This record gives sequence, structure tokens and C-alpha cells, in this order.
Amino acid sequence: MAEIVLEKVTKRYADGFEAVRNMDLDINDGEFMILVGPSGSGKSTALRMIAGLEDISDGQVRIGDTVVNQIAPKDRDIAMVFQNYALYPHMTVRENMAFPLKLAGASKEEIDNKVQEAAEILDLTEHLDRKPANLSGGQRQRVAMGRAIVRNPKAFLMDEPLSNLDAKLRVQMRTEVSRIQSRLGTTTVYVTHDQTEAMTLGDRVAVLRGGVLQQVGSPAELYDHPVNLFVAGFIGSPSMNFMPATLDGDTLRIPLGDVRLADDARQRAAGAQSGQTVVAGIRPESFEDASLVPEDARHSGTTFKTKIDLVESLGAEKYAYFRVEESQIESDELRELAEDTGSAELGATEGQVVARLEPASGIERGTEAELWVDSRKIHFFDLESGRTLADGATAQR
Amino acid sequence: MRRGTREYGAWSIGLLLVLVFALLPVVWIISLSLKTPTTVGDGRFLPAGGQWTLDNYKVLFEGGFDNSPFIHPLINSIAIALIATAIAIVLAAFAAYAIARLNFPGKGLILGGALAIAMFPAISTIGPLFDMWRSIGLYDTYLGLIIPYLTFSLPLAIYTLVAFYREIPWDLEQAAQVDGATPFQAFRRVILPLAAPGTFTAAILVFIFCWNDFLFAITLTSSNNARTVPAALAFFTGESQFTAPTGNIAAAAVIVTIPIIIFVLFFQRRIVAGLTAGAVKG
Repeated sequence: MAEIVLEKVTKRYADGFEAVRNMDLDINDGEFMILVGPSGSGKSTALRMIAGLEDISDGQVRIGDTVVNQIAPKDRDIAMVFQNYALYPHMTVRENMAFPLKLAGASKEEIDNKVQEAAEILDLTEHLDRKPANLSGGQRQRVAMGRAIVRNPKAFLMDEPLSNLDAKLRVQMRTEVSRIQSRLGTTTVYVTHDQTEAMTLGDRVAVLRGGVLQQVGSPAELYDHPVNLFVAGFIGSPSMNFMPATLDGDTLRIPLGDVRLADDARQRAAGAQSGQTVVAGIRPESFEDASLVPEDARHSGTTFKTKIDLVESLGAEKYAYFRVEESQIESDELRELAEDTGSAELGATEGQVVARLEPASGIERGTEAELWVDSRKIHFFDLESGRTLADGATAQR
Repeated sequence: MRRGTREYGAWSIGLLLVLVFALLPVVWIISLSLKTPTTVGDGRFLPAGGQWTLDNYKVLFEGGFDNSPFIHPLINSIAIALIATAIAIVLAAFAAYAIARLNFPGKGLILGGALAIAMFPAISTIGPLFDMWRSIGLYDTYLGLIIPYLTFSLPLAIYTLVAFYREIPWDLEQAAQVDGATPFQAFRRVILPLAAPGTFTAAILVFIFCWNDFLFAITLTSSNNARTVPAALAFFTGESQFTAPTGNIAAAAVIVTIPIIIFVLFFQRRIVAGLTAGAVKG
């Protein structure tokens, strides 16, 4: 068990492309750190540099007190779980899990004990003598985990370990991974493109975009205080709605109407001058059916009328979709997010706003409805740089 | 269903034709080997009057190790082919692994060179080889045959193995490395077992090449020291100056076919498709 430190780490390929740029990241001993980002953000490359499967072009990676830049993967004392499991097909489950121990020269009893122990943790005892080909996806995934934990390494590195499982199993394994990690207390670096996994699993989450680290923080920090448009749009599902806004004293003009900002809400736009056009970000859950908002709570927000295009009812919540005019925002970060989710090709999402409503809401599609927006929860970003306009929110732990 | 049976029938007839075409010469040779010298030239498939004989086979083994025209060459053939196959497979396994997995300068050159050698007409090397082997003492020795066999079978083995190694997921090897294996351990304990079907395929190809070779065997040997069966067949003599040793040659041909059938059947069991199933998601 050890801390992992990345210092100004850069990965540059022969053609000059930089997959990871100047990355600084401290992963504490025993911490569960998530690297999250869309595809091509360099998260897997960063992980593979920690593992030693990828050369480090610049900077330094330390595991514990040792600089591992020039150390072969086998000598780094780390275990890795691959996206496709990478089980040895010619070995049984037992042999698969014993492989790292055998290479380390452990005695036969020690191997037996440790494999047995790991198999019990992972509920694999009955399957020890089967070959990977005869196992289900979830079982294979657990064998891959087992191969990682038998050795008691300094750190676990996991490269999208759950992405090959079906949705139900993924949720189940997610809790499993979290349980095992907290039980063993081993430093873990976990790569995923799924923001839900990132939010639910991690002690801290590092968001990457185009090889550059955007923000590191606890899931709550990322959710409440995103430092830029990218993080704001990436974290949270459904994602944050963005629209152009103008500040006029205490009043915020957004396409939905004028919103009077309370003092603390004004703080969130501290970096903006009056009259400046900014980007307002409103999470779907900051909306509510106006008729369901108690009278005494209404003053912290603003109500507006809009035509509802579509209502999706999920039982525990309802999503209402509506459009706002003139809501185009030119931003590379948002474009990239849209490309990642595939919504860019659909084109229909421009100007579309999602609101998450209480299931008790009686709003129906095609009708004019009155919605309420909580002005205290609006985020503000600079139109040019995409950075947050709030004071102090940039502080990284 | 109707279409299914018809298709099945068409395929069966087609396969039967191919089988007959391929096996007819073999059956003919077997028939020849069982005929007596008087009926061997009668051009009939079954000898008149049912005169079958095993004499042709007996003659081959008469006189024991020293005087039999066949036993010594047979041993030479088996030994030379096995040794050449073993060396070729070991060398090709390493070479193919490097080519499939590593990026090194001159990789294209090695592959291109191997291909060029495979294309090279063997006959044009015979003259120089004969002279060289005579002067450095490799003429009429095992090594003298094994070396040219390696030259011409290695490219074949390397190409076969490279194709198989490329099929093995990279991740497996990286997993092995992270699990604490040195590159050689990863190769021996993970890649090699998984490439076993490819290795056996290559082994069969190389073995057949060495076993069947006539050109090098006839030119680079002069006695039973290293002469292999295909070459030895050419030196068979009939009972008298005026009888051709057709029956004996046929019998010897039947015998030399047997090891290769055994070899192929033996390794064929190990060429199981889908050995890597379950390694990665698929």
C-alpha cells in the first residue's frame, strides 16, 4: 500500500501527439481515485503509465517513495484489472489467480491459502477448477479481480473493468468493487468513462479532457462546484443545461425570463461584471413543477411558463423537455461533450432543456406549464474561457 | 429442409470426387506394392488370380540394418526430419514472437528476406552447396541436410507463427507483465501455450517439407550415412538387371507415407480452434 504521485507527467507519441499533458495528481494511500473523461481524454494512457505499460515521455511517477519511470511493470508491485479481463484461457480459475504468486516464488501452501481466501471474498470457491471460457461475464470479471487481490499489491489499477458487463450486473459489481476496496484498503486508481461510476465509487474523482486534467475533487465538489463548462456538463445525469445569460445588477436575464439573484447566488457570478454575457448552467434537478413548490420556498427562485415538448416518467422522477430560443452557445468544451454523447449528430438537442420533476407533477406533454427554477443553484461560466465565475470554487483539495 | 438435403447431396458428391481424385494414386501404389513381379506390369487394379504377396515388403527389410537398402535411410529420414523440425520451430517461435510483438529496425527487411528465401529456387543453390559441403566436410552428414532444410522451412514456419501470435490479445501479455512476469516468462507461460495450435501447424508443415525432400537428399549424400528414403528409393535395384524394382519402390513409398500420416493425425488433435476462447470478452 502506498501513495501514487504523478508529477508533470506527459505522454508524447512519436508523431508528436500528446495523449497526456503535464498531469499533476496526488493519490493518497488507501484512496479510491477515479480517472474519468470521454474517450480520447488520456485517462487510460495515464493509468498505463502508472502500470508501466506505457513509457513516460516527461515528468515523474512515484509509487510510495520510489520513482518508477524506469522500473519494469513486474517490479512495480501493482495489480491491474483490464477492460477485457485478460484472463489466461489455458489456465483454470485457480491457476489464473495463482499465477502472480507463482511468479513471485511463493510456497505452495501460501498460494493455496491466498487463492482460497481471495476466492471466498469474491464468491468463486465453486468455480476454482473451471476454465475462463466456461464462466459468465460477471464471473470472469471477478476472476480478474481475484488475480489482482491475491498478491496484496501496493495499488490496484483498473481500466474500465465493468464496461463489458450488462447494465444490471454492472451496478451489482460496482458495489462489489467498492466493498472489496474498502475492505482491503488498497490504493486504487480506476478509469472509467461513465460518470455514474465515477460519482458512486470514488473517494475523489479526476476529470480529464484531451489529456489535460480539469478538476480533482470529491464527487460532491465536482457536482456542486465544477470549475468549467466541461466538468459541469460531464458530471451529472442528465447533464446540466446551458444557456446564454446577461447579468444586470441582481437580475439575471436568461432565455427563460428574468431571475432575481439572491446575495449568495450573486456570489456564484462574482467574477462577472454587470452587463456581461455569461453562460448559465442549470442542473435538471434545479427545476421543479411550480405548483409543487411550497409558497415559502418560491422566493429563492423564479417561475416561468413554457411549452413542454415531452415528458418521460421513470416512476421515481419525471423528466420534462422543453425548448428555449436563442440558446446557442459556441464552446469547444460543449461541442466535445456533445460529440462524446453522440448528441451532436442528432442535432435535436440544441436549445433543449431538461427538467427533473417530482413524480407527483401533473405536467403533460404538449401543454403550457409553469416551472420554477432555483436561482441559488445556477452556475455561471465565462463565455470565452468556459471557466467558472464563482469565487473560490476553483480551490482544489 | 428439401433444399437442405439437396445441398447436402451435392456437397457429398463433390467431396467424394475430390477424395477419389486424391486417393486413387495412393490406392494404386498400395495395389502395386502387393503385386508379384509377374503381375506388376499387367495394368490391372486387382492382380489376376488374386496373387497377392507381401514379398515386396519383406525384401526391404532383408539383411538387417547393414544390408537392407531401406532400414538405414528410414532411420536417417526420421532423425533428420525430426531434428530439423525441432530446431526450426524453436528458432521460428522466437523470431515470430519478436516480429509480432516488438518494433525494431529492420523488421520489414527480415520479413521480406524470409519471403525472398522461401521463393528462391532451391535447385540453383545445389551446385554451390555441393562444393561448399565437400570442402568443409558437411557432405553426406546429417547436418549437411539439416542446414538447407532449415533455410527453406524457417520462412514458412515464421510466417505461420507470426499469423498465430498476432491473434493472441496483447492484453494477455501485459497482464502477465503486471502480474510479475519477465518478458521471457510471459512468452513461455502465456504466449507459447496459447500459440500451441500454430506451433503444431508449423511443425507439420516443416516436417512434411523435410520428409518429402528429394533434391537436397540426392545431391548432398553419397551413402547410407545420411541418405534419406526419397533418395534411397532411386538406388533400389531389381532382381536382375532387366527387372524394374517397381514393387519394392511401391512398398517403400507406402511405408514412408505412414509416419507422416501418424504425425499429422497426432498433431491434428492439438490443433483445436478457439483455444483462446474466454481470454477476453468475445
